[in-house]
Amino acid sequence: MNIEDLLKQKSEWLRGIGPDSDIVVSSRIRLARNLRGYPFTHWGGDDEKAEIIEKIVTVCEKISRLKGALFLRINEISKVDRQFLVERHLMSREFGAEPEHKMLIISSDEVMSVMVNEEDHLRIQTMKSGFDLKNAWNIIDAFDEALAKELDFAYHDEFGYLTACPTNVGTGMRASVMLHLPSLVLTKQIDKILQAIAKLSLTTRGLYGEGTEASGNFFQISNQVTLGRSESELIEHISGMIGQVIEHERNARNALLEKNEARLKDRVWRAFGILKSSRIITSSETIDLLSSVRLGCDLNILPGMNTELLNELFIITQPAHLQKLEGKKLTPEERDLKRAQIIRERLNI
Amino acid sequence: MICDICHKKAATVHLTEIVDDQMMELHLCEECAREKGAQMEQHFGLADLLAGLADLGKQFPETTSQILECNHCGLKYEDFKRIGRLGCGECYESFKKSLAPLLRRIQGSTRHIGKSPKGKKMPRTKLEIRELKIRLKQAVEFEEFEEAARLRDKIKELEQKRGKKQGATDEHRGSAETKE
Repeated sequence: MNIEDLLKQKSEWLRGIGPDSDIVVSSRIRLARNLRGYPFTHWGGDDEKAEIIEKIVTVCEKISRLKGALFLRINEISKVDRQFLVERHLMSREFGAEPEHKMLIISSDEVMSVMVNEEDHLRIQTMKSGFDLKNAWNIIDAFDEALAKELDFAYHDEFGYLTACPTNVGTGMRASVMLHLPSLVLTKQIDKILQAIAKLSLTTRGLYGEGTEASGNFFQISNQVTLGRSESELIEHISGMIGQVIEHERNARNALLEKNEARLKDRVWRAFGILKSSRIITSSETIDLLSSVRLGCDLNILPGMNTELLNELFIITQPAHLQKLEGKKLTPEERDLKRAQIIRERLNI
Repeated sequence: MICDICHKKAATVHLTEIVDDQMMELHLCEECAREKGAQMEQHFGLADLLAGLADLGKQFPETTSQILECNHCGLKYEDFKRIGRLGCGECYESFKKSLAPLLRRIQGSTRHIGKSPKGKKMPRTKLEIRELKIRLKQAVEFEEFEEAARLRDKIKELEQKRGKKQGATDEHRGSAETKE
């Protein structure tokens, strides 16, 4: 398996299936782990980092869940490839920014990925389509157990799993759910909801670092606290809260349909019209319009449209994906042309 | 410097972002920075933490007289305050007194509850049982009865083990008493 193979397949988190997939794009859990006896990555020497990579790779090669996985040394791949992996949410942007002594392992189905020598020696993540934290947890829990059999993790009886930053200590777990909340934004209730979330030790972020201003309707909600609560309590807590946000979004969608049906339909069809006919389009305009079309798809305003196709457009219109599809480096202007062309082709249904 | 968004107030928040390989600098006043809201939050995470640490130093001046260097990796607590990253796992023990109030503040707790690597010496059976009971409840909720049955058996097994262990401790005490 190589990077080009990823381009041919659909990311797990974009399959548009799973519970509540009309509102929840994906569920993700990551665990931070460190090896006992080594300094944390930030302070580690080159030899130590190389040793850590070797140890972890040896163990990962034996784990059945990673059969056929892709092992990538970040310093050996191009900048476009690094950005491509960030766009697919398989690694963090920071991980690619300093590529030396960094290894990324991706399971063949893209459900699991392992970053070696990120801020912590190990950052493992699982990603599932839809609102499915429980399944994501079961997968990552089993994987963590398999790793712990072979690796000696830095663990403290009182503080739990030890991490480079005290904001991750304890469970080392961050569970996050990506939601599409256009109706809460349209009805201006979103701020109230985000404030309530912040009070409950949950954090909200945008879709990506990049082009985030325009992706206003996508929100990632995750737990802030990692210590003093067990993994299942944390997952229960965040799931309960997300359940409520989903309900609010559904109510807002129904209210919009009842009170402003014509306006809503107009918005959806206009967005669809622009996407189907534009010749030059930026990444941020694309995300904005796709958000409206996705809402139309979820509310059956647009017949024949499916979430999977829209999700695919979200990702293949990102800068690195466009360049990978084209097979060469493109300037931002060239990308805007190519993006419009791809969208027209795919929406020509 | 004047805010890039409102062009009125003085910029006090400076942000460097790399978008499409191009470095962009944004200088914002506090108000506009706040309005940028969710997007900026991830950038502010570390800054918040560091500010928090600085405050903590003021609140607890006595911490300066405590151990300031990790006896394993040699990291100075000052460096941790500057960079926000600890040096090694042992730092948690070396800086325990200074870290405890920090953890209480950012995490609301200083004690881990949850899973631990297998094979470690902790007997924490009680916590594990509690944990399994939560999972059992969830399994029943999700109608995953196979998993629920497995969890139920595991809880039973742990409870028996715990009972035996307590029994053993009592016995031990008993024999000690007889000796006296």
